[in-house]
Amino acid sequence: MQSWLILAGVTGGVAIIIFLTQLINQLQGTIIDRVLASQAHIVMRPAEETVLRDNKPEAITAALIQQRGQRLRSIDQWESFAQLAKETPGIKAVSPLATGPVFARNNLASKSVVLMGILPEDYLKVVNMHRYLVNGRFDVSSEQTVIGKELAKDLGVGLGDRIQVVSESGVVQNLTIVGLFDINNKDLNKRWVFTQLRLAQSLLNIPGGVSSIDLTVHELFGAKVIAQRLSKQTGLLVESWMETNSGLLNALSNQTVTNSLIRVFVVIIVALGIASVLVVSVVQKQKEIGILRAMGATQQQVLRIFLMQGAIFGSLGSVMGVTLAFGLLSLFATIYKSPDGSMMFTAQLDPNLVIMASVVALLVGILAALLPARRAARMDPVQAIRS
Amino acid sequence: MQPILQLKQIRKSYNIGTSIETEVLHGINLSLSAGSFNALTGPSGSGKSTLLNIIGLLEPPTSGELIIAGQSTQQISDKQLTKLRGLNIGFVFQFHHLLPAFNALENVMMPSIIHQHLEKYKAKKRALQLLAAVGLASATHKKPNELSGGMQQRVAIARALMLNPPLVLADEPTGNLDTQSANDIFNLLEHINQTEGISFLIVTHDLQLAQRCEQGFHLVDGQLK
Repeated sequence: MQSWLILAGVTGGVAIIIFLTQLINQLQGTIIDRVLASQAHIVMRPAEETVLRDNKPEAITAALIQQRGQRLRSIDQWESFAQLAKETPGIKAVSPLATGPVFARNNLASKSVVLMGILPEDYLKVVNMHRYLVNGRFDVSSEQTVIGKELAKDLGVGLGDRIQVVSESGVVQNLTIVGLFDINNKDLNKRWVFTQLRLAQSLLNIPGGVSSIDLTVHELFGAKVIAQRLSKQTGLLVESWMETNSGLLNALSNQTVTNSLIRVFVVIIVALGIASVLVVSVVQKQKEIGILRAMGATQQQVLRIFLMQGAIFGSLGSVMGVTLAFGLLSLFATIYKSPDGSMMFTAQLDPNLVIMASVVALLVGILAALLPARRAARMDPVQAIRS
Repeated sequence: MQPILQLKQIRKSYNIGTSIETEVLHGINLSLSAGSFNALTGPSGSGKSTLLNIIGLLEPPTSGELIIAGQSTQQISDKQLTKLRGLNIGFVFQFHHLLPAFNALENVMMPSIIHQHLEKYKAKKRALQLLAAVGLASATHKKPNELSGGMQQRVAIARALMLNPPLVLADEPTGNLDTQSANDIFNLLEHINQTEGISFLIVTHDLQLAQRCEQGFHLVDGQLK
């Protein structure tokens, strides 16, 4: 009975630790993946234009300085910065962009949109647009464009239709729609109009220039450090996804902290449970312990029996706990699905996590048994038999 | 013949150094020759159990020397003492003290398992022989709670003999049994003594049984009479 209670405790503990960790890790992975798949991990932009101040001691500074409006500018010598970024360790892909406001028109419908001038090969390495295409192909040129499905709806156009792009200065360019995308964000679906870099440069009036350089990194959570480093090296405004999505990041790290706290408390509770049940069992079995000692069992042998008992509970409990966790994950995988019906997560077990949880369970079993085991070993055989 | 056990001026006090210090054994001298069959009698509270515990190396004496199988127990480590006890002394208690989780055969094998004395199959063979010798050949796989009091005591006797010790200490082995069973157990002990040459020291209240022993020690108020 006692053994079953201990075993149930260890099993539950191991299962909770593995299940929670796996669930949270996978959900976090899914969220990050979904959020970041459609955006660059790091964006380099020109430094903001500021009002220059006169530093002479006799100069008078006005109490209120009006901020300068930020016009669309190109990054000076962007080719060398792009090259520098490419050579920076940890960077996976580099894509220069010329983006700016234009109007998209079809007959009477006119929408204010963002012109995304890209080098398709480079951009696809940063954001895999193929993944989001719902119609056509991602084949951008000076006469062809790819737009979001919401914008297509607003303009009343479809695949193969032509739209007009009108720049700030009134230059008009006709583009044929060859692809429609849906990147799970209505706002972007309404705004992004992809075109070739060179065309965007001339429409936005930054000939030869780019307004930003998008980067992706190999190690997601290393983005901030790389961004800081690039900022120092280039003097540009360099922001990582960790700054632009700081709210998300905060939520994720809070979740991780909560998970760690839960794990620590579960371990403590399981340890206390094992220890208290074993203490009771030592008291109940003191007669048997006394007999064993009278028959010549050494203190070490008695100690070993109880430690082994703890170790057996720990290892048996971890095997059962892993099984239970897998069962729970499988169940949750079928219950919880994302809005589009796809799996939020799969019932996978991370081998490292399983090994870690099992080792912890084993150690907790042994450590929790230590106190009762010492008590048993030190028991005076005469007292034990008489009592 | 060389004695299997010798006690020289054994004293035992409890609560030493306090106002209620009491000496329960006042200089016991005793010698048991190898292969002898001995009884220890005495009224309740005379110190019989304490003396038996000291002889069984379960409790240290306050002073005096104890020599068992030719080896003095003064100044030997706890571990050596445990080994000496395990290999030289078999115990039979008033209450059988079998381990309830194990069957008769496993209980008998236990001393061998603890001391890693014999290989497992040899230990099993000897345990089966011993159980047959005490008349329990058909009950080897029964748990203690499935056996009668007399049968449990027989298992305990078989267990005490497992390592073939030169000396078996029995603390009122028949105290908890009816007359018939008590007689049977006593006959069994006598038989083992005669056939195996194992020395016995039996604590008993039953003077009739005590008289059947070769040598009788009577303990009154911590002194042998």
